[in-house]
Amino acid sequence: MSKTDVILKVENISKQYRLGLVGTGTLSHDLNRWWSKIRGKEDPYLKVGESNDRRTKGNSEYVWALKDIDFEVQKGEVLGIIGKNGAGKSTLLKILSRVTSPSTGSIKTKGRIASLLEVGTGFHGEMTGRENIYLNGAILGMTKKEITSKIEEIIDFSGCQRYIDTPVKRYSSGMTVRLAFAVAAFLEPDILVVDEVLAVGDAEFQKKAIGKMQDISKSDGRTVLFVSHNMESIQKLCSRCLVLSDGEISFEGNVLDAVNRYLEIFGFSTGSLNFPIIGKGIEITKFQIKDSGENVVNHLILGQKYFFEIGILNKDIIKEINIRLQIFDFNDNLISTLNTFHTEKHFKAQSNQYLNVECIIAKLPYAPGSYKIGLQIMDLAKRINLYENNSITEFFIENGDFYGSGKLPGAKNMGKVLTNYEWIIDANGIS
Amino acid sequence: MAAQKSEDWLYTISSKNKLIDLNFKEIWYYRDLLLLFVKRDIITVYKQTILGPLWYFIQPLFTSVIFTLIFNNLAGIPTGEGIPSFLFNLAGITSWNYFGTCLVDTSDTFKKNQAIFGKVYFPRVITPLSVVVSNLLKFGIQLLVFIGFYIYFVFFTSKAYAASPTTAMIGFPLLIVFMGLLGLGLGMIISSLTNKYRDLKFLVGFGVQLLMYGSAVMYPLSYFEEKLPEYSWLVKYNPMTTVIELFRYMTLGVGEFSIFQFGYVAVVSLIIFLFGLIIFNKTEKSFIDTV
Repeated sequence: MSKTDVILKVENISKQYRLGLVGTGTLSHDLNRWWSKIRGKEDPYLKVGESNDRRTKGNSEYVWALKDIDFEVQKGEVLGIIGKNGAGKSTLLKILSRVTSPSTGSIKTKGRIASLLEVGTGFHGEMTGRENIYLNGAILGMTKKEITSKIEEIIDFSGCQRYIDTPVKRYSSGMTVRLAFAVAAFLEPDILVVDEVLAVGDAEFQKKAIGKMQDISKSDGRTVLFVSHNMESIQKLCSRCLVLSDGEISFEGNVLDAVNRYLEIFGFSTGSLNFPIIGKGIEITKFQIKDSGENVVNHLILGQKYFFEIGILNKDIIKEINIRLQIFDFNDNLISTLNTFHTEKHFKAQSNQYLNVECIIAKLPYAPGSYKIGLQIMDLAKRINLYENNSITEFFIENGDFYGSGKLPGAKNMGKVLTNYEWIIDANGIS
Repeated sequence: MAAQKSEDWLYTISSKNKLIDLNFKEIWYYRDLLLLFVKRDIITVYKQTILGPLWYFIQPLFTSVIFTLIFNNLAGIPTGEGIPSFLFNLAGITSWNYFGTCLVDTSDTFKKNQAIFGKVYFPRVITPLSVVVSNLLKFGIQLLVFIGFYIYFVFFTSKAYAASPTTAMIGFPLLIVFMGLLGLGLGMIISSLTNKYRDLKFLVGFGVQLLMYGSAVMYPLSYFEEKLPEYSWLVKYNPMTTVIELFRYMTLGVGEFSIFQFGYVAVVSLIIFLFGLIIFNKTEKSFIDTV
C-alpha cells in the first residue's frame, strides 16, 4: 500500500442531524424558540428529539448519522459498503457525492467523483430519449462532446433504439430505467460512487448491468465505491468491503468476512432456538450441526465432515416421517435439498417414540459464505406438514481444503458448490 | 505534515464554508449542462400546445392592451406627448417581464430541483443561471414584438412622432445584464430563504405583482412624483423603476436620463447579485438537510 496510490481519503467524517427541527423549521417556529430563549424558558422544540435512542451528544436533540468515519481507497479498488438500513450508508454516499456536507472532518480526493445515487436523475418526460441522454449525461458530469462520441453505444446498450426519438413519457418504466442506466454505464469518472442501482430492470438487464460494472472496475481500472444490500453482487464486484453499523465502521477488510459480519449484525446466529419446538403431533427436541469431533458448531469448514442432528419426539399416533433439509444461501437461493424421501430413508415413528436422526455430509461442498437451513418434517401417510421452517438456523462456511491437495480454490472463482471430479490425461492419446 | 502537503488533492470536501466559494473553472466545465437546461426549459414549456412560442407574443400584447385601456384611456395617465400609450406600456411590460420571470423562476430553485440536487452534485448556481439565460430568449422574442410595434407606430402612423431612440441605447446590453442580475440576485436570496422558511413563498406570487405597481411600469415616474410627491421616494429608489425608465428613455426617448441613474442600477444590482450569491452558496452546501 504505497501512499501515492490513495485516490480518496476520508478523514474523521461525522454527520450530525438535528432532530425535529428539520423540515418544520419555519420562521414561526424559530421565532417561538427565540421568544422562549428571551424569557429564559426551555426551548419548546427541544423535546422532539428525546425519544431517539441512537448515539446522542449533550442533549438528545442531536443524532450522529455518521461518526468518525475514516478510510482510504486505493486507485482501481472496488470498495463495497454494506450495512443495514439506517447504518449511515446513504449519508456517507451523499457526503462523498457532495450532495450534503459533513459536520466535521474532510474528504480529499485526487479524482473527479461521479455519483449514481439513482439512475435517470433529471429525466424529463416531454423530451425524447436522445435529448434525455444528453441532459442526464451532462447532469452526471459529462460534456456534450463526450456524450456525442458515445451516444450510439449508449443507445445500443439501452436496447431502446426504436424509441430513441420518442418522448420518454411514452416509455415503459423498464425502458426508462434501461435508458437511464445506459447513460450512467458510460460515465468515465476517476471515482464512481454507486448506490444499489443494479436492482433495476429485468433479469437479462441486471446481468448486463453487473457485467458492465465488472468491466468498469476490472478492465478500465476505475475506482468504484459500491453500496448494496445484495451480497451476491457485493461478492462479485468488490475487492474490499466496509461494514457500517449505527454510523460507525464496524468492519473493514476482505469481502467474505465483511459479509459474514454484516449477517451477524442482522442477528444471524445459532443458539437462539428454544427446544422443544412444537410441531403438529411432534416435538423437535434438538437441531444442531456437529463436526467430526462431536462439537456443536456454526462455523463450518469447506470439505470437512459434518453431522446435522435432529431429535424428534412423536407425541401421538404412528407416523410415516419424512425429513427435508434445505440449504439456502443468504440471498435465499436454494443451494441443495437433503430429503429422506429421495434416498428412501423416510421412517416410521411409533407413538411416544424418541428418534435421533442424523444427516451426514462427508465432504461439505458449499462455497464459503453464510447459509440458512430450512427444516420440513412431514407425515407421508397423511401427507401433512408436521413442521416447517425455512430458516431454522444459520451457519457460516469458511474456505477449506476441499480437494485435499493443499490448494484452496479462490473464493471468487470457485462457484457455489464444489464437486468431486476426476481428470484423465492420456499422454498417448490420438487426436 | 510536509509529506501530506506534497500530495496534490484535486479537491477537498469539508464542513468549512468559505464566504464566496465559487469555482469558476468548475462552472465552466459544466457549461454544457447550462445550455442543456436552457434547451430543456425552452422545448418543454410549449410542447403539446397549438400556439407554441406564440404564447410569448400573446402575453405582453394582451397585458399592454388592458393596461392602455385601464390606465391611460380610463384613468387618464399621460404617457407623454407623441408617444402612443400602447407602446409606452409595451416597453414597460417587456422589460418588467424579464426581471419578473427571472425573479419568480429562480425563487424556488432549491425546492423545484430538490430531486436532482439530492442525488447529483454539480455547481448549483448553474440552475438559476440557466433560468436567466432561457428567460433571455423569451425576452428577445418579446423585444422583437416591441420592435415590430415600434416600427408600425413610427412609420405607419402619425401618433408616434416624438418617439425616437437616443444615443443612450449603447448602454442597452448592460441594462439587460443588470435586469438579469437583479432578478437572479433577488431570486437566489428568496430561494435560499424559502428553503428553510416556506412562508416567503406565499409572498413571492403577489409580491412581484405589487412590486410591478411600484416600478413605474404603467406610468412615468415624473407623473407619480407630481401626483404623490410624499410617496415618490418609494418608487424612485426602486432599482426596477430606474431600469424601466432607462429602457423607455433609450428606446422611446421619454423621461430623463442621467449617468447617475445608470450607476445607481449598476451598483444596486451588483450588490444584490453578490449578496444572493453568498446566501445561495451558504445554503447549497446543506440545503438538502433542511429543505
